[in-house]
Amino acid sequence: MPDQENSANGAAMEHHGQTRYIARFTRAQRTLHAVLFSTFLGLAATGLPLRFSESFWARKFAAIMGGFGAILAFHKLCAVILTLAFLIHVKDLFTRAFLRHEKGIFWGSGSMVANWKDVKDLVGHFRWFVGLGPRPRFGRYAYWEKFDYWAVFWGMMVIGFSGYAMWFAPFFAHFLPGWALNAVLVVHSEEGLLAILFIFSIHFVNTHLRPDSFPMDMVIFTGVESEEEFKTKRPLEYEKLVSQNKLAQRMAEPPALWYTNFSRSVGFAAIAIGLLLLVLTLSAYFS
Amino acid sequence: MKAVSPITVFLAAAVVSFCTAPSAAENSAACLACHGDATLQDASGHSIAVDGSKFHSSIHGSLDCTNCHVSIKGYPHPDKVTPVQCSTCHADEASGLAGSVHADGAQQCTNCHGSAHAIYPKTDPRSTVYPLNIPRTCGSCHGKDGLAGKHGLPSVYPHYLDSIHGMALSKEGLLVAANCQSCHGSHHILSHTNPESPTYKTNIPKTCGSCHAGITASYKSGVHGKTLAAGNLKAPVCTDCHTAHAIVEPTEAEFRNQSTPICGSCHKEQFFTYRDTFHSQLGALGGYVETARCWDCHRAHDILPASDPASTVAPRNLVKTCGRCHADANASFVQYQPHANAYNRKLSPGLYYIRLFMNLLLVSVLTFFLIHTILWLIRSRYHQVKENAAEGEKDA
Repeated sequence: MPDQENSANGAAMEHHGQTRYIARFTRAQRTLHAVLFSTFLGLAATGLPLRFSESFWARKFAAIMGGFGAILAFHKLCAVILTLAFLIHVKDLFTRAFLRHEKGIFWGSGSMVANWKDVKDLVGHFRWFVGLGPRPRFGRYAYWEKFDYWAVFWGMMVIGFSGYAMWFAPFFAHFLPGWALNAVLVVHSEEGLLAILFIFSIHFVNTHLRPDSFPMDMVIFTGVESEEEFKTKRPLEYEKLVSQNKLAQRMAEPPALWYTNFSRSVGFAAIAIGLLLLVLTLSAYFS
Repeated sequence: MKAVSPITVFLAAAVVSFCTAPSAAENSAACLACHGDATLQDASGHSIAVDGSKFHSSIHGSLDCTNCHVSIKGYPHPDKVTPVQCSTCHADEASGLAGSVHADGAQQCTNCHGSAHAIYPKTDPRSTVYPLNIPRTCGSCHGKDGLAGKHGLPSVYPHYLDSIHGMALSKEGLLVAANCQSCHGSHHILSHTNPESPTYKTNIPKTCGSCHAGITASYKSGVHGKTLAAGNLKAPVCTDCHTAHAIVEPTEAEFRNQSTPICGSCHKEQFFTYRDTFHSQLGALGGYVETARCWDCHRAHDILPASDPASTVAPRNLVKTCGRCHADANASFVQYQPHANAYNRKLSPGLYYIRLFMNLLLVSVLTFFLIHTILWLIRSRYHQVKENAAEGEKDA
């Protein structure tokens, strides 16, 4: 496989003349992320004008997208797609954990569930930030990645529930107290705002814009990472693969150039839209 | 200046002297022998010409010139003649004018009624005070560049023209459409600060009610009407919500979109809480005109407090009121608080704590990760620079 290196990945070849690639995300996981970020951008872009309806840009912004009716229709469309993606993900987890009795879904190095090591990593990371210790060695999922995952998971349930409660208010009113109809708007808009601020600033920087990944971590698009990068970013997982002789299993084809370029343009467009929405949000919030 | 020719003088003298008992028409004909010349001017260059045919068709056409120009007894007459006193005949109008806002001496009957020799009855479309012509007549002063503007009065004419009254008058030619004098009167126009004025606050419902009788009755039965009747001048009257001159059709988007801040200018707390709701957010976006505004729920004129069982916002009527938009509204659905205050712990405790929790969550998550990420960025960059430097040394 290393011999299959070709000029398409010339940039990655600089050090050893040949770069090996390791698979990190499956096609399903990458598709889930793509559906998540595109519907999230759509939801943010159509939700913000409502949240900050009195800001100087809201009305123009809404008009550009075809007025309020178009905004709401688009918001609901994105919501339904995202809900389906979320349900498929939950169903998938359920199948893997309870039907196929797959191990490591809820516990272990490959799990998204936080464990004691994450706490130690968090503290260790802070110590490294201020020069009090070595850089923690991360495994398959680092603590901030788990936080991202659970933040989205929690957000999906909270924003999703409150959104549907508003969409079908008279129906939800059968089993919710009256004031809950007031609360769902507060919850929906505050949690939405938190998601927007978090994703467009913290997630962007942590995952894509920090020096180690700048300007974009392509692994969520291509699914593969160069061995070098993998070794630096996830030393524990790498060592485990080596010690268990599983490295060969995880070796992958380098991504095609056209696919990398395509993903890069989609990714940059998403980041640009996200940053624009962040600027609009902050301008509305502080004016 | 054109001099009066000797022949004209002779002819005029002959007419005056030979007609011992002249009729009015004959008499005016004698005057018109000179003044019928359209180019006739006095010593200071002012036209003293009279259009005989216009004069004869005017409301004063049957009168003799000397009925008004009383100082002229025969011919030749002196250069200086005493000014015409309309009040000799029109005493009531003159006394009305004398006590009005226009009684500043500069105002003359002809300012509004037009050329003295071409005054028509107000039912005649040629009249400057024909209903369809009144706004233009008043607007010549009360417009943007008019005399009123120089006295610091607002330019109301353009507002009126664009208003529903102005449109009905100018576009449809509706004689019953309110024009200036319908509300302000004609000769005895008083300032709106004068309690006798039809535009004085407490008189406005009656003034508007002279046409809008049904609405006025409805207004009087509502809290605003009752509060005003009880002597509280803070209560709004028609013009406080509809404006005086720029009145638009209340079902139109333009009025719907501007209506909530009008109520909010008095009901500040309610306006504040309304703005926190989905109703307001939709409304502010402009595109969604139908979203509930104050008066969709509270009604516009016969507004009643929620404690009144007849009120649209009384608990037992809420399903019906909300149901006007939300077809499947039910008893539980209408427990929704359209004016809930998420910052008021006593009024809406559940909402207050949920809002507080969401705010704390937002602030704490963002604060923690901002610090985390900024430190990380600095440390990563430092690390990168150091490694690059080390690598540079190695390569060298």
